[in-house]
Amino acid sequence: MAISRRAFFINSAKLATTSTLIATGLISYSKYAYSIPATAIRPPGALAEKEFISACIRCGLCVNNCPYPTLSLATEKDNIAIGTPFFTARKAACEMCDDIPCVKACPTGALDKNLTDIDKAKMGLARIVDTEGCIAYQGLRCEVCFNVCPIRGKAITIEMKHNERSGRHTLFIPVVHYDHCTGCGKCEEACIMEKAVIKVLPIHLATGKRQDHYKLGWEEKQKAGKSLVSPDAKHQYNLPEGKRYDLQGEGLTDVEVKSSLDNALESLHNFNPLFEIKRK
Amino acid sequence: MTITRREFIKNSAISATAATAGVTLPGIALANSNDSIDGIRWDKIPCRFCGTGCSVLVGTKDGKMIASQGDPDAPVNKGLNCVKGYFLSKIMYGKDRLTQPLLRKKNGKYDKNGDFTPVSWDEAFDVMEDKFKAAINVSKEENKGKPVEKMTSRVGMFGSGQWTVWEGYAASKLFKAGFRSNNIDPNARHCMAAAVGAFIRAFGSDEPMGCYDDFEHGENFVLWGSNMAEMHPILWSRISDTRLTKPGSEVHVLSTFEHRSFELADNGMIMHPQSDLAILNYIANYIVETKAYNKDFLKKHVNFTKTPTDIGYGLRNDHPLQKKAKNANKGKLTKISWDEYVETLKPYTLEKAVEISGVPAEKLERLAKLYADPNKKVVSLWTMGFNQHTRGVWVNGLMYNVHLLMGKISQPGNGPFSLTGQPSACGTAREVGTFVHRLPADYVIMKKSHRDFAEKIWKLPEGTIPGKKGYHAVAQSRALKDSKLNAYWVMCNNNMQAGPNINDEMLPGWRNPDNFIVVSDPYPTVSAQAADLILPTAMWAEKEGAYGNAERRTQFWRQQVDAPGQSKSDLWQLVEFSKRFTTDDVWSDELLAKNPEYKGKNLYDVLYANGQVDKFAKTQVTDSDGNKYKNSEMDDFGFYLQKGLFEEYRRFGLEGLKKGHELAEFDVYHKSRGLRWPVINGKETLWRYSEGYDPYVKKGEGFKFYGKKDGRANIITAPYEPPAEVPNEEFDLWMSTGRVLEHWHSGTMTRRVPELYRAVPDAVIYMHPDDAKARGLRRGNNAKVSSSRGEIIAMIETKGRNKPPKGLVFVPWFDASRLVNKLILDATDPLSKETDYKKTPVKIVKA
Repeated sequence: MAISRRAFFINSAKLATTSTLIATGLISYSKYAYSIPATAIRPPGALAEKEFISACIRCGLCVNNCPYPTLSLATEKDNIAIGTPFFTARKAACEMCDDIPCVKACPTGALDKNLTDIDKAKMGLARIVDTEGCIAYQGLRCEVCFNVCPIRGKAITIEMKHNERSGRHTLFIPVVHYDHCTGCGKCEEACIMEKAVIKVLPIHLATGKRQDHYKLGWEEKQKAGKSLVSPDAKHQYNLPEGKRYDLQGEGLTDVEVKSSLDNALESLHNFNPLFEIKRK
Repeated sequence: MTITRREFIKNSAISATAATAGVTLPGIALANSNDSIDGIRWDKIPCRFCGTGCSVLVGTKDGKMIASQGDPDAPVNKGLNCVKGYFLSKIMYGKDRLTQPLLRKKNGKYDKNGDFTPVSWDEAFDVMEDKFKAAINVSKEENKGKPVEKMTSRVGMFGSGQWTVWEGYAASKLFKAGFRSNNIDPNARHCMAAAVGAFIRAFGSDEPMGCYDDFEHGENFVLWGSNMAEMHPILWSRISDTRLTKPGSEVHVLSTFEHRSFELADNGMIMHPQSDLAILNYIANYIVETKAYNKDFLKKHVNFTKTPTDIGYGLRNDHPLQKKAKNANKGKLTKISWDEYVETLKPYTLEKAVEISGVPAEKLERLAKLYADPNKKVVSLWTMGFNQHTRGVWVNGLMYNVHLLMGKISQPGNGPFSLTGQPSACGTAREVGTFVHRLPADYVIMKKSHRDFAEKIWKLPEGTIPGKKGYHAVAQSRALKDSKLNAYWVMCNNNMQAGPNINDEMLPGWRNPDNFIVVSDPYPTVSAQAADLILPTAMWAEKEGAYGNAERRTQFWRQQVDAPGQSKSDLWQLVEFSKRFTTDDVWSDELLAKNPEYKGKNLYDVLYANGQVDKFAKTQVTDSDGNKYKNSEMDDFGFYLQKGLFEEYRRFGLEGLKKGHELAEFDVYHKSRGLRWPVINGKETLWRYSEGYDPYVKKGEGFKFYGKKDGRANIITAPYEPPAEVPNEEFDLWMSTGRVLEHWHSGTMTRRVPELYRAVPDAVIYMHPDDAKARGLRRGNNAKVSSSRGEIIAMIETKGRNKPPKGLVFVPWFDASRLVNKLILDATDPLSKETDYKKTPVKIVKA
C-alpha cells in the first residue's frame, strides 16, 4: 500500500493533534467522536462504533470472506480508522448471506457472533431522504427499492394512495420500517435516480425519538389485544324512522326497508328462472 | 482484483452464449446521461415499450433527444410513466448503436463463416438481392403448374408487434404481393396469436370490445395469468385506484406463482399449471347449475359450439405427441344444443376443479359467485398466462363463455379484456395483418374473395397473392433447419433470445449453409450476432410512426431526431429493397402472361409508387406551433410515404364488406392523442357490439356481434387437456419464463440504460426456499437450470418479488447472457401456433 508523503504527513498530524487533545483532557469523547462518514456502513453485527474500534484488530478476515465485492478495508482517504472494514451502499450493498461469513470470520467479536440471523442485522437504516425527488411520490411506477429489498414486504412496504392529480391512478409509495430494515443498502444501490433518493444512514442520524409520555392509542390497543379501558355501554339514539346509527362503523345510515326475500329477488336477474318461479 | 465476482459471472455467461451462437459479443455499452433542459422542442410520442400505450412528450435540442415527460394530457397515463418510460430519452443512445451494414466476409467476399465486416448499403443489398433471387427462382420452379392456393415460397420474414403501422403494411405488401410469399409472421405470434384465434372464433373480429375506461367503470377485476402490476404498470395503477376508492370493489388474481399483483388481491389463487381450463369450466358449470345465466342474452346473442379435442401440441408431425393425437391441429367448430353444452360442463364440479387446480374450494367458489352474480360487474384481464398456452385459443374461449353466459360483455366496466404485450401488436401485427394467414382489417389469405379485395386495393392482377398459409414463427425455424426456407429477413425483434428451443430448432436453421439470414436492428442483439447480414436500423423517434395499443387506440408521432450513421428505418429498408426486383424476377410467367401490362415492371413501382402510395407530395412536416420536423423517408423517396401507405391501408376498413375497422384520416391522428377504432364520422368507439356505443348496433338490438354473419357470438366448449410435458423424476420442477417491470422483452433497449441495468442487472431464478434447500442451495448461490434442450446458470432468489410455490420456478428472459428460452420446448397451441413459455419441466442443481 502506497501512502503518499503528503497523506502520511496529514495522518501523522491528525494523530498528533488527537493525542495532544486526549493528553491535555481538553475534549471528552462523545459517541459521535467515533462516528464514521454517514455513507460508510460497518459489516453486519458490528458493535457500537466505540467498542468496534477497540475490538477490531484490522485483520481483514471479514473482507476476505465476503463473497461479494462489498466489504473493503478503510484506507487513509476514507476518513475511517485505517484498516477497519466498511462498505458504501451505492457502490456495492451487503447481499445479506444466510451464513454471514464475515461475522463467522471475525476472530475478536468486533462483529458480534450472537448475530446468527442476518435478517436481524442493523447496519443502518434506509430512509427516503428526498421525497420530492422520488418519482414514486409523483405516481410513476418505479418501486425499484421495494423490488430489490431482501426483507421482502417488511422492511419496505408500498403504501397505495389515490392520485388526486390524475384522478384515476394510484401512488405506490415506498415506506421503510425500522423494525425490519437491516441497512443492507440494496435500495440505495439500485435507486434509479442520478443520486439515490433513498439512502442508508447510521441509525442515530436516520431516527428521531418520540416523546415517552404520549402513546398511540391504536398501537397500545393492538399490543394489549383489547381496549385498555373496559368497553363502552350500549348506546341508544333518538333517530327518525328509516335511519340507524352505528358508533364504531358507518355512523348515520339508512335502514334497509325491504325484506330479505325482496332483496334476494331484486338481486336476481330479470330472466333468472328462479325469479319467474317465485313470482308465480 | 480488477474484476468483481459479479462481472466475472456475467462475462463468462455472455461468452458462453456467444460461443453457442458462434459469435463474439461486444460488451453492452451504456448510454450517457443528459441534464440540459433549456430551449428544447417538445412533441408527443407513444412509449416504445408495452401495449399500454402511454403517451410521452419528448424534448429535442440540437438534433438530440435530451428530455422526456409523461404527457399530462394523455388519457391513458395522465403524465405518468413506469420506470422504463422514465428513461425513454436514453434508449436510442447506447454506445454500441449499429451505424453501418455488417456482412460476414472472408477474403473480401460474403462467406457464411466469415467475420462481420462493415459494408455499404449497396453491397449489403447486392448480396441480399442475390440470395433472395436465388431462393425465389427455386420457388418459381417448384410452383410451376400449381394453383395459387398451393403455392409455397423459400423466402420469408419474421416481423414485429413493435413495427410502426406502415412498416408492417409495407412488409406485408412486399412479401405477400411482391415476393408472393405468405411466410411473413410477426413476433406477436409468440404473444397474441391465441388471443386472436379466440376473438375470431367467438366474435368474428379481432381485438377487445372494451377500452381502458373499463378500469374506472368496473368494480371487480379478475386477473387470469397476468402480472399487470409489473407488465402493465400504468393500467395497474388505474385498477388499483378503483379498488382503493370504490366501496365493495374486489380484485381476484389467479396465477401459477405469487407475484406483485397479489399485493392488491382480495382473493389470490395459486393454481397448478394448465388448470385454468378446469377452473373456467367449473365456473361455467356453477353458473349453469345455479341457473344464474342470462337466458335472454343467450337466446338473442349466442350460439353454442364445440371444438375437436385431443389436438396435439403443435410439434413436428413426426413427434410422438403429434402422432398420438387423434385430431392433431383441428379446430373446426360444430354447433351443439344448450343441453349438449350443459352436458360437457358436468364433469367440472367444485371438487374436480379443486383436484386439478390445487386452489382451495372456498376461493374457487368465491370467484364463481362473483361471476354468477348478475348484479356484479366483472372485468377479466389476461395476457401471457392464457396466450402462451398449448390450449391458448381454448382457454381464451372458455373465458368468453363465462362472460357470454352472464351477458357481462361490451358494457362499461363489465367484460373480458385481453391485454396486449407489445406497443403495436394490435395496431400493426393484428390490424395490418402481418401474419402468415392475414391481410388488413381481419381479411385472410385463405379466402379468394378476400384476396381479390386486397388485389383490387393494391392494383394487382387477380391471383397475385398466394392462398396457402406460409410458415408461422415456429414453423419458420423448422423450415430453415430443414432447408425449405432459404432467404430470411428478421426485423424489429430478437427471436434468437425470445424464441423457444433455440439450440435444437432455431440456431441450426440460421447457421444452415443453405440459408441467408438478415437481421435489421439498432443494436448488436443475440439475433444480429447469429445472422449473416446486419442492417443498422433507425428506431422509434428516428422515424415517423404509428402504434396501436391494447384498447384499439391508434397513436401517431413525428420524426424527432436523425438516426445515427447510415441507419435507416425498417420502412426505408423494405421499400428501397423492392427496387432490386422486377415483376419478371418474382412473379411466375403464367401470372405475367395473363397480365402482360405488369411485365418487366419494377416492384417498387408496382407496390409503392403505384399512383396511390406516392399520391401525397413531399411537404414540410410541422406541428400546430409551426415547429418543423424532418421526414427521412420523404426526403429519400420524394413523397409522403407514410401518409400514402396509411391512406391506402385505411381503404381496407372503408371499402370492404367487413364493417367495424374504420380508421380516421392520416392527418387527424397527428393532431390527436390517439383515436379508438372504429372511427366513424369522426367519432371513436368505446364499447364495441353495444347499442348506443357502437353505431353498427341498431336501436332495440341491445347487442350485436356483427363480426359473425348472424350477429351471434360463439360459446365454444372445450375440456381440460394436460400440457405437452409435465415434471418427471429427473426434470422435477415447472419453469415459467416472463418479464420484470424494469426491462422490456429481451432487454436490448432497457439494459443499455445504466440506471435500469443497475436496478435489475441479471436474471435470477425465483424459487421456493424449501425447493432451494432440498437441492443444497440458498439465496445468492449460482445454480444450473436445465431441460433436455439446454441449460443456463443464474443466481437463486428465494426472497424476491415473485414467490413461486414449491415445485415451480420463474426465470425472466430479458438477460442476453442467460438465454433461458432455449430450455423451452417449441410446443405450440395447435390452433394459434403460439408457443407455451410457461410450463417447462426443468432440473436445478448447484453450479
